[in-house]
Amino acid sequence: MSNEILKKTKLAPQVYDFIIKNEEIAKRAKPGQFVVVRIGEKGERIPLTIADTYENSFRMVVRAVGKTTYELCMMEEGQHLSDIAGPLGNPSEIDYFGDVMLIGGGVGIATLLPIAKELKRFNNRLHVILGGRNKDYVIMLEEFENLCDELIITTDDGSMGIKGVVTDGMDLVMKNTKINIAWAVGPTIMMKFCSIKAKELGIEKIWVSLNPIMIDGTGMCGACRVTVDGKMKFACVDGPEFDGEKVDWDELLKRLSQYRDEEEISFGKFKEQVGDLSWL
Amino acid sequence: MALKPPAKKVRMKEQEPQERIHNFFEVALGYSEREAMEEAKRCLQCVHHPCVSGCPVGIDIPGFIKKIKENRFYEAVKILKYYNNLPAVCGRVCPQETQCEAKCVVGKIPGSEPVAIGRLERFVADWEAVNVKDNQIELPENKNKKVAVIGSGPAGLTAAADLAKQGYVVDVFEALHKPGGVLVYGIPEFRLPKSIVDREIAYIKSLSVRILVNTPVGRAVTVEELLQNYDAIFIGVGAGTPKFMNIPGTNLNGVYSANEFLTRVNLMKAYLFPEFDTPIRKGKKVVVVGGGNVAMDAARSALRLGAQEVTVIYRRTEQEMPARKEEYFHAVEEGVHFRWLTQPIEYLGDEKGTLIGVRCITMELGEPDKTGRRKPIPIEDSDFVIEADTVVEAIGTDANRFLLNQFKGLSINKWGYIVADEQTGATTLKKVFAGGDIVTGAATVIEAMGAGKKAAYWIGKYLEGEFNPWK
Repeated sequence: MSNEILKKTKLAPQVYDFIIKNEEIAKRAKPGQFVVVRIGEKGERIPLTIADTYENSFRMVVRAVGKTTYELCMMEEGQHLSDIAGPLGNPSEIDYFGDVMLIGGGVGIATLLPIAKELKRFNNRLHVILGGRNKDYVIMLEEFENLCDELIITTDDGSMGIKGVVTDGMDLVMKNTKINIAWAVGPTIMMKFCSIKAKELGIEKIWVSLNPIMIDGTGMCGACRVTVDGKMKFACVDGPEFDGEKVDWDELLKRLSQYRDEEEISFGKFKEQVGDLSWL
Repeated sequence: MALKPPAKKVRMKEQEPQERIHNFFEVALGYSEREAMEEAKRCLQCVHHPCVSGCPVGIDIPGFIKKIKENRFYEAVKILKYYNNLPAVCGRVCPQETQCEAKCVVGKIPGSEPVAIGRLERFVADWEAVNVKDNQIELPENKNKKVAVIGSGPAGLTAAADLAKQGYVVDVFEALHKPGGVLVYGIPEFRLPKSIVDREIAYIKSLSVRILVNTPVGRAVTVEELLQNYDAIFIGVGAGTPKFMNIPGTNLNGVYSANEFLTRVNLMKAYLFPEFDTPIRKGKKVVVVGGGNVAMDAARSALRLGAQEVTVIYRRTEQEMPARKEEYFHAVEEGVHFRWLTQPIEYLGDEKGTLIGVRCITMELGEPDKTGRRKPIPIEDSDFVIEADTVVEAIGTDANRFLLNQFKGLSINKWGYIVADEQTGATTLKKVFAGGDIVTGAATVIEAMGAGKKAAYWIGKYLEGEFNPWK
């Protein structure tokens, strides 16, 4: 369990693809699961999804948004992350469903990839929608092209695919194919609108992968509690995937903003130390 | 003959309340050698030593106290360590007033306090840390049998140390990045400095115990693998899942479980934010719900984080509250407010989802329930609002189902805890033992240690072929 960064690749502005040496996680991780990472002695514990596994290593894709993720994205090949616990969370419930819709946004696309691969292994037909701010943010395109039966790209500015958002892509897919089950992974607000759209379109179930504030990842702290179907669930042990039509999205969005002020303090202090970060 | 010992314990120096509420340093400062010897003289060395029967790990209490009295501290260390692998922890957090000291004969003399057994235990452990450089104990021959211990809290660490002392190969599996369980995530620095936990864990590692951190059993290593690769398994995972009142507003920003609040503060050092990266809400007006030690820890931590007002609300009265007297008095000294017979019924928030107040209801005590405590009953139309920007619910914990579900054949009782033989810790599953909070529900550090100790003894017997309840 060396947690060495074997390979680091830039996928998009502020988005990096890491291959981390950790045999145990490589051996055991299943699609849908995540790890809790602490990069150093004074670091916080943050959950990150496992994007793929190899013989002795696993892959994770990180977007730099705050102090810890920036710090992580600035680490170099050969350096070690001090702690990685995992795999955690329940694996995706994958089976043969026929036609499946997969919606990915931002770094959620990386979370979606192992799910897509597994669904393909079960011979499902994959209708994939990938969204991004502009063409630079649509990551892992080639990997999905090789995998899916239908691929729709949406960008806010129309610089790639159709100009619009992923829910427009959902409408397009449904014009030609009846879909009963979908996965949506991306920013919380995107998953909320995908869930609403799924209900409108009559999709029976849409799995979403939640990423709330979390500490231990083993059901101990209760920070990651979300309301699903009116009941309290812990995303770390009851999830991370839930039926999106049953999630209380507005509550989750508010809970995600819990430490906004502290995050700014922390990030501000970090920027003072390291200077300009726009290159990342 | 001046047989009658001084009535009062030798006072232990403490940080002054007005000073200590601004820091996380330890409150109680320990005895000097002279003070310890003086206190040790109060012990009557009675032949039937009832104190020992009050100790869940059966420490030879008169034995080590006698050595202190004689200024033979190193010998006191040896006696203590023979029975107890975590003496510096126990000396600080054991509820001695209901255990060893409750049985002390000196304490039975009218107007007299019992011998300060806990403080003396702490003294000996701390003396060792300063004065004994390399206290390597000699281990017996390796018996080439492997035991897996799941969880590195007080139960797991005790079982691991005792098994290592018997000559077994012991691997401890811990899900967090730091071993110690509740000792590192739950109990605050001002009551149990983490350097002391680290010191005692270093001792346990010196017994050749291997501790694998970041390794959640059931995920990072499967139950089948453990059953295959080890000759016996001890489950000491504690009762780690927080209970919530489940009243409206529970998911507002500012409402914490005690587990989350204390984990941020203790394990993640959020009180040192932004030097440490983990944040915590530094509330101005804090309400803590509950009346146990965890509630006291949360309330006193909130004060130290800079709260202007901390109020503990408890649905019964001062008489029924389960917290240690000492902790309660410390909290009172530090300025924590208490509102008895009060129960929260709703958390109030603003449009951004942030907590602004707690709607409470006044209770009265009815008839005693099955546990003998008078049952609190809400008084109709007695509700009122306490302004608050932070709430910590410290109302207890439940068993974490996530690991136990994966042990096929392990009997679980209706509360979700493991069914294990009280004497031996044997569960219904072959070669699997369990102890601590995951068997009893939330209890004390020393009770968990007692369970770990017993289980280690019976695991040894099982591995020697002298005990097998699964025949």
